[in-house]
Amino acid sequence: MGLTDQSMKSSALTDIFHIDKNDNEFVIALAGNPNTGKSTVFNSLTGLRQHTGNWPGKTVVNARGNYSHQGKDFILVDLPGTYSLFSSSAEEEVARDFICFGNADAVVVVADATCLERNLNLVYQVMELTDNVILCINLIDEARKKKIEIDAVGIEEDLGIPVVLCAARNGIGIAELKDMVYKVAMGEIKPTPRIVEYDADYEELIGSLVSVIGPAVKELLRNVNPRWAALRLTDGDEKFINTLTGHLPGYLQSAIEGILAESCFFKECKACGIYNSVYDKDKQAIRDMIAENTYRRIEEVTAKYVKTDTKKQYRDRMIDNYITSKIFGLPLMLAMLALVFWITISGANSLSELLSGFLFWVEDKLTVFFKHLDAPDWLHGVLVLGMYRTVAWVVSVMLPPMAIFFPLFTILEDLGYLPRVAFNMDHLFKKARAHGKQCLTMCMGFGCNAAGVTACRIIESPRERLIAILTNNFVPCNGRFPTLIAISAVFIMSLGSSGIGNRLLAVLMVSGLVVFGIAVTLAVSWLLSKTLLKGIPSAFTLELPPYRVPQIGRVLYTSVIDRTIFVLRRAVIAAAPAGIIIWILGNIHIGDLSLIGHAAGFMDPAARLIGLDGYIILAFILGIAANETVIPILLMSYLSAGAMTELSSIESLGHIFLDNGWTWLTALNTMLFSLLHWPCAATLLTIKKETGSMKWTVLSAFIPTAAAVLVCLTTTLIYKAINILL
Amino acid sequence: MPKLNDASVGSVVTVQKLESTGILRERMLALGLTKGAKVEVIRKGPSGDPTLFCIRGAMIALRNEESSLIAVQI
Ligand SMILES: Nc1nc2c(ncn2[C@@H]2O[C@H](COP(=O)(O)OP(=O)(O)OP(=O)(O)O)[C@@H](O)[C@H]2O)c(=O)[nH]1
Ligand SMILES: [Mg+2]
Repeated sequence: MGLTDQSMKSSALTDIFHIDKNDNEFVIALAGNPNTGKSTVFNSLTGLRQHTGNWPGKTVVNARGNYSHQGKDFILVDLPGTYSLFSSSAEEEVARDFICFGNADAVVVVADATCLERNLNLVYQVMELTDNVILCINLIDEARKKKIEIDAVGIEEDLGIPVVLCAARNGIGIAELKDMVYKVAMGEIKPTPRIVEYDADYEELIGSLVSVIGPAVKELLRNVNPRWAALRLTDGDEKFINTLTGHLPGYLQSAIEGILAESCFFKECKACGIYNSVYDKDKQAIRDMIAENTYRRIEEVTAKYVKTDTKKQYRDRMIDNYITSKIFGLPLMLAMLALVFWITISGANSLSELLSGFLFWVEDKLTVFFKHLDAPDWLHGVLVLGMYRTVAWVVSVMLPPMAIFFPLFTILEDLGYLPRVAFNMDHLFKKARAHGKQCLTMCMGFGCNAAGVTACRIIESPRERLIAILTNNFVPCNGRFPTLIAISAVFIMSLGSSGIGNRLLAVLMVSGLVVFGIAVTLAVSWLLSKTLLKGIPSAFTLELPPYRVPQIGRVLYTSVIDRTIFVLRRAVIAAAPAGIIIWILGNIHIGDLSLIGHAAGFMDPAARLIGLDGYIILAFILGIAANETVIPILLMSYLSAGAMTELSSIESLGHIFLDNGWTWLTALNTMLFSLLHWPCAATLLTIKKETGSMKWTVLSAFIPTAAAVLVCLTTTLIYKAINILL
Repeated sequence: MPKLNDASVGSVVTVQKLESTGILRERMLALGLTKGAKVEVIRKGPSGDPTLFCIRGAMIALRNEESSLIAVQI
């Protein structure tokens, strides 16, 4: 019975978690409840910029980073937040399996100082699993504000593991943490966890199991404490027991079965094999007993070492009286949305003008330069009028709204507002038979739909997760809502209105579209629940984190940089090639019409049916690589057919559209189409990856497209009816 | 026996028994809803659902479907 043969069974599990390292390196896992600041600790240890946010479930995939300390290299793994190691959701399973079957040299459990009682539960679970545990009590700055006093030395002695107090966001305690990790990894400090003792008869059972499996576990699963393995043999789920016994030699299995069958806990099912020998009822009783004992122990610890001033705890509740109030909750949310858009639109306008002024000045200089070199016209066309101009449009029209919206959104996220939105909206999602956390994944979709789709991992039930994935696209991502903003300006122009009321109108327009997107999300979710993804909503537990004051300067800085890099990268990857292609298509003529003209002409009749034109549909099709490029492509196509216009502001952009026969219906439907149409290539790829299914990927493109066509068809019919009536 | 969703806003109740099973039960235990745990009812959502509870110092929202599976002493 070879070792490799045994480990093969679970290789799928272990391979992912096995991190290649050499002798001088140590693997350190960061575990902890959701939203305790693991990613922030990770960032301050490694200097990386893993995304953080004040809501549970921000991190859903393992992140890795390196740092060195006193000549040793450490590989740090940022695990998703978990409440427990008895996994209930996919990302909790990831964390548990990494700690169990990965090759971590030490586990740092990051705990929230303001909620230590609940956090210690996981600490005790990890202590049962492995000795090399370090407790990092984070957010002590918040605890101090709330007048919570923590006796770290007392806790250290009581638990038997090193304790470090941190305020990771300000780098406080990070140096000590590095030292401690070093010492534990090097074996200079040997933690001796004092674990929870359970009821006597149960301990007896565990004792006999340990004596049987102990040596094998020690040899084959270096990181796992035999006692922990024994505990899980009595209460683990079937899949996990299979994985566990898969690691152990076969002859042990019958011995294990024997002990379990003999035990007073499992009298009723002596004859059965190990996998079903334990009745669910028994397991349940054991799990209850374990949780009760653990929490009893925790109550003792917190009573001794944590002093709380209850008066200070009510700030959040006062704020929540308004934010999540029955009367103000939803209106406040809409007002917040409108305010964010108002700031975005106001700021973006002047920034756009500045940027385009500069970029088109550069374009003129480039043209002069090309003339000076006597470069052929086509080269100037491809590079300057095609590539450069498209990139310039993406940067000047698309970047400003993104660079303003995103930091604002991040501030709201850091404040802790998003889970409140989910709380306020939950009843709507429940009616749509969707998961309440879908709301959080939609919020992520504002930044990028691909990120939103990945965020859907926080939803445990596969059915609701699929619903969330399929509908995420109805939230206008950062690449699309600049389109909405730009075209809402055109829409207003087409109505012939002008004056200061315009900006307000644009704000209302864009907010209205977002709300409409949410309505469509709910409707489609409901439809899916009634048809393809039948079922009732699964369990829902949502933690509302405490409000935390964001570091505004830092947020502004990092998220503006983040967005700018994001947009510039996409501009190079997607917009530059698109610009070249469009220019070429626009300048190769068959007959007296360019290729673009032919393609647009071909699509025109169908497009007219839904109130658009061929060029618009073409732009959306070519824009699948990146939604930011849709408007630039559209402009290029219009311009390639007609005269060249200087383009300096949103206003002149509007004139180009109006010159090409746009009515308010065209503008409205272009916005609606942009809001609802198929996801971009990156999102589709992510959906393929997340669902692992071609069927759902195709549907995720088809459903939004169908919704877009249906809605645009309806508005077109209404428009025609109005025109007939008037 | 009364259930957690019967408790009125502002009251503090004691958990008696969980009637949930499987993953949900596991999650509830992890959150600290063990026998004898004190739970404060903080507020109800815009349409009376979900309800926000203070469980072991954390604010946790549960839908009626879940809170009706927790037997409490009021
Ligand atoms: N005041 C204060 N805020 C902190 C501190 N550490 C983290 N935060 C904030 O707490 C929030 C959560 O931090 P994250 O690092 O995203 O938490 P996480 O544990 O990775 O969360 P998940 O990935 O959701 O499990 C963020 O808004 C951080 O800015 C701290 O020491 N003090
Ligand atoms: Mg994180």
